Amino acid sequence: MTQDLNQMREHMLTAIAAASGLDALDACRVEALGKQGTITALLKTLGKMTPEERLVQGPQIQGLREAVANGIAERKATLERAALDARLASETLDMTLPADAMPAGTIHPVSQVMDELAEIFADLGFAVATGPEIETDWHNFTALNIPETHPARAMHDTFYLQQGIDAKAAGTADEKTTFSLLRTHTSPVQIRTMLSQKPPIRIIAPGRTYRSDSDATHTPMFHQVEGLVIDKGITLGHLKWTLETFVKAFFERDDIVLRLRPSYFPFTEPSVEIDVGYTLVKGKRVVGGAEPDGWLEILGSGMVHRKVIEACGLDPDEWQGFAFGCGIDRLAMLKYGMDDLRPFFDGDIRWLKHYGFSSLDVPTLSGGVGA
Amino acid sequence: MKFTLSWLKQHLETTATLDQIVEALTRIGLEVEGVENPGEKLAAFKIAKVLSAERHPQADKLQILSVDAGNGPLQVVCGAPNARAGLVGVFGAPGAYVPGLDVTLKLASIRGVESNGMMCSTRELELGEDHDGIIELPADAPIGTAYPDYAGLTDPVIDVAITPNRQDCMGVRGIARDLAAAGLGTLTPLTFDAFTSEGAGPDVRTDDTTGCPAFFAQTVTGVTNGDSPEWMRRSLLAIGQKPISALVDITNYLMIDLGRPLHVYDRAKLSGGLVARKANDGEQVVALNGKTYTLDATMTVIADDAAVHDIGGIMGGEHSGVSADTTDVLIECAYFDPDHIARTGQKLTLTSDARSRFERGVDPAFLEDGLAIATALVLHICGGTASDVTRSGEPPLEPRVIHYDPRLSADLGGLHVAPERQARTLLSLGFTIGAITSADAFSDALFSTIEGKWPVTIPTWRRDVDGPADLVEEVVRIEGIDTIPSMPLPRMPGVAKPTATPEQKLERRARRAAAARGLDEAVTWSFLSDAEAAPFGGGAWTLANPISEDLKVMRPSLLPGLLAATGRNLKRGQQSVRLFEIGRRYLADAERATLGVVLAGDRRPRGWRDGKAASFDAYDAKAEALALLAASGAPVDNLQVMGEAGDAWHPGQSGTLRLGPKTVLASFGMLHPSVLKAFDLDGAVAAVEVYLDAIPPKRATGFARPAYTPPALQAVRRDFAFLVPAALATDTLVRAVKGADKVAIVSARVFDVFTGAGVGGGHKSVAVEIVLQPTAKSFTDEEIKAIADKVVAAAAKQGATLRV
Repeated sequence: MTQDLNQMREHMLTAIAAASGLDALDACRVEALGKQGTITALLKTLGKMTPEERLVQGPQIQGLREAVANGIAERKATLERAALDARLASETLDMTLPADAMPAGTIHPVSQVMDELAEIFADLGFAVATGPEIETDWHNFTALNIPETHPARAMHDTFYLQQGIDAKAAGTADEKTTFSLLRTHTSPVQIRTMLSQKPPIRIIAPGRTYRSDSDATHTPMFHQVEGLVIDKGITLGHLKWTLETFVKAFFERDDIVLRLRPSYFPFTEPSVEIDVGYTLVKGKRVVGGAEPDGWLEILGSGMVHRKVIEACGLDPDEWQGFAFGCGIDRLAMLKYGMDDLRPFFDGDIRWLKHYGFSSLDVPTLSGGVGA
Repeated sequence: MKFTLSWLKQHLETTATLDQIVEALTRIGLEVEGVENPGEKLAAFKIAKVLSAERHPQADKLQILSVDAGNGPLQVVCGAPNARAGLVGVFGAPGAYVPGLDVTLKLASIRGVESNGMMCSTRELELGEDHDGIIELPADAPIGTAYPDYAGLTDPVIDVAITPNRQDCMGVRGIARDLAAAGLGTLTPLTFDAFTSEGAGPDVRTDDTTGCPAFFAQTVTGVTNGDSPEWMRRSLLAIGQKPISALVDITNYLMIDLGRPLHVYDRAKLSGGLVARKANDGEQVVALNGKTYTLDATMTVIADDAAVHDIGGIMGGEHSGVSADTTDVLIECAYFDPDHIARTGQKLTLTSDARSRFERGVDPAFLEDGLAIATALVLHICGGTASDVTRSGEPPLEPRVIHYDPRLSADLGGLHVAPERQARTLLSLGFTIGAITSADAFSDALFSTIEGKWPVTIPTWRRDVDGPADLVEEVVRIEGIDTIPSMPLPRMPGVAKPTATPEQKLERRARRAAAARGLDEAVTWSFLSDAEAAPFGGGAWTLANPISEDLKVMRPSLLPGLLAATGRNLKRGQQSVRLFEIGRRYLADAERATLGVVLAGDRRPRGWRDGKAASFDAYDAKAEALALLAASGAPVDNLQVMGEAGDAWHPGQSGTLRLGPKTVLASFGMLHPSVLKAFDLDGAVAAVEVYLDAIPPKRATGFARPAYTPPALQAVRRDFAFLVPAALATDTLVRAVKGADKVAIVSARVFDVFTGAGVGGGHKSVAVEIVLQPTAKSFTDEEIKAIADKVVAAAAKQGATLRV
């Protein structure tokens, strides 16, 4: 009997191992463990045995059943794994084929630099102010101590508007309210700010400006940022510190040297031109370096002229301050290495992709304003 | 303003080097734009003597010279007709660069004869126009010496940018004075040859004492107007001024030297006396530049009995100008009012060296000496006899005094400078302080008598100075503005506040959202052509003096600029263009913040997954519009789609997004083919314009969000398919469906639109999914059926029937 059982186990396990598919395996299961199965039949014989026989036969038959059931389960797992492997193998794709790309957009360098400026100056307590680009004679010139006969007016290459000329011809022009020109600088925002808010004032005013000028380094439209501080006890020393702090923060270098030169702007007195030192790196001018190889003009500035403060209805004996103006396009070129101004306004996608910025490059003080 | 170093040294006694002078000029506000040494490029050319000259055997016009340039005879082939034995000229050896020919000399064989260099003409050395022969120097010129050293071409030319306030530095003497004040030397006294005058002065007077407050004049009879002397010609040539004749050169020279414009008339061409008067309306004059100017009654002229001879202080008339035949001259030294000059110059759009000086304000105290110096020079160079001086009118000479507190140099300029030092600086610039009338007169005793604010008298030549701040500038610039110590700007009190306005934050979000959505930001011109503006409503503002017709009107929309950029990109071979811009559009009433988007070319390139390329359609534009509005904080769920985007758009594939019927927040869709044609664009182009300034500002509600209460029960979804008239806007149906039960239905969404088989003509099938959100307890089947019935009934009101 024991020998028979051993033979049966051998036979059955061989059949299970030989089952080539789940169907064949199931046939083995039915043959052995099904209702009519060999082992099922053996189990049924247990009831008819004497207790002594049962004590001997029982564990053997149960052992056989267990071994066969385990064999089937193992074989089933093996077959299922093989089937899955085969299916996955049949699903193989060429992973070198390109995936769909989301187009990546860009931020224009001018916008990026404006955001950088706002961030740097926010740290110094400067708010961002704006004003109209179509301006009046008074805001763009007269209030800034540039009367009609001032030679500086002619030097501004102003774009005049036909509407202003028509108003003059009709005798309805008012210097303060007739919009007659495109602002030649962001300085009229100084005037509008001083007229609309009480000191102390700290603002920057970035924006578009216009001059009738077009060559390799000038475009008829360009961008400037104006700065204005009106407070008590402000001196040229504060101006110097502010601009040093700004330029160092903007270029993210400590070894930047500024050179101050006396200059002339009708709306400041004293007036100061600011040069920044550059060093030559592989033949290119790079802003910074403790011992500059030369100087680049970057800023015009000075102490706000008494007449300008007066024109805005403030008492120049009580309030004084400084103002500065700077080309944003030029700042961008100096920081990010563009050689030519004209492509700024062409909208060439190749240029925009090359010099533009990711939407995620939001300038922050903690992460660095540059990108 | 250009001048040579030696010219400067006529007014400045100094041991300073050129580098020191250049550095000082920039430091005190006279920015040096360039220093040029004209002799540098001619250093290789030497003085040489022609020892012998023989005819070239192969050419009639050539000679074979034997030339000694200091190192023995050299054979040189020369074609100049004046080449001859004994001539001393200028020789360039092989290796020398000849600027006038733009060649570097080398050993050459000319018609079979070896030539070791070249004898040069003035044109070849760019020293003049003469090319009739080679340069002939005096016989005693030192052979072998470098020609530039001999010819005095080693005088450096300094070019200084003069700011518009510094008329006094539009003359070499003014620059010398500034340098002397800066410690670079001593200003030499101004001297001139004394002369005697005979006879009454000329008949001149000013009838226009506002335009021409003073008119001084003197005649010189019996002059010879030949070439001016070599030193004067050389000085003028060095700074790029062409010598013309002695009389003209003298006035030009004095204008540069002393900043004093003068005018010389040929007396023979005048009839009667000269009067400074207002022009008559319509009066004409042919100026020295050969152009005719029509004058009006605001302008000051100098006229005789017959005609206008000078646009006062701006340009002389052609008729009475001096010529080689001139024998008697009238020299005018007048003072013209700066504002008058500026207005006249602006009106006539006529610029001149005289105008730029008079309109900035010449020294009103320098008429007497200016005229005397000019007359002395004329007598010296041209001979003749001077008359007495006629003086008509009075130049404005009221002393101008500023009360100056020396503490201001620190309080405004940020630089502490000892009062005595400040006083010395001001005095050396020509200011006087109380009783101290010059730098030489300074003494401690005298200085100690000045108490409180200093009474500082402004020198007559400094019209630009009119307040204490100007004196601070004088002190600080001479002291060295670069030495001002940095002073930290105090922090504003309190916690740092946001410094951007809501509008600025909105623009920043919109910009970054657009870039994040794959759009490239462009910056395009604010002005465009009339034709480009026309389809977008036309420009409300027109430039009177545009750079070109293409940049003439202020843009009424951002789209034309973007379309032009799109066209350029497509022409360069770009397959896909997604551009945006944030800027202003310029309407008659205001400048309005706007975001424009143009989508052209491939929306998706052809690919292995999806096959053919896909192009943009109106729904892409709608998606951008809504996404950008959402990023900008607009309440997009409350927006209605309406038509009437405008003429620039495809009439059937465009719309507006409105908040209420009147507030248009955006236009979107496909652009009209006729617009695209005007921009030379092929294919369909989608576009969006978001009117950022129309987006209602968010109300400040603090930072805390409302309580979080997610629904406890699962939502239920139900689908409906309706048959509706083809023309019905789907949105109308969806709104009706959603409104059928405002409590239970939380959303309604179209998931299929179908026409064709099974759908009758003139109709479409629209499938809508609604989401029902139970609150307290789950819906029963009856409740859901009741809601479904309400949905069908609401849809029926819009002409929809349920498909079964």
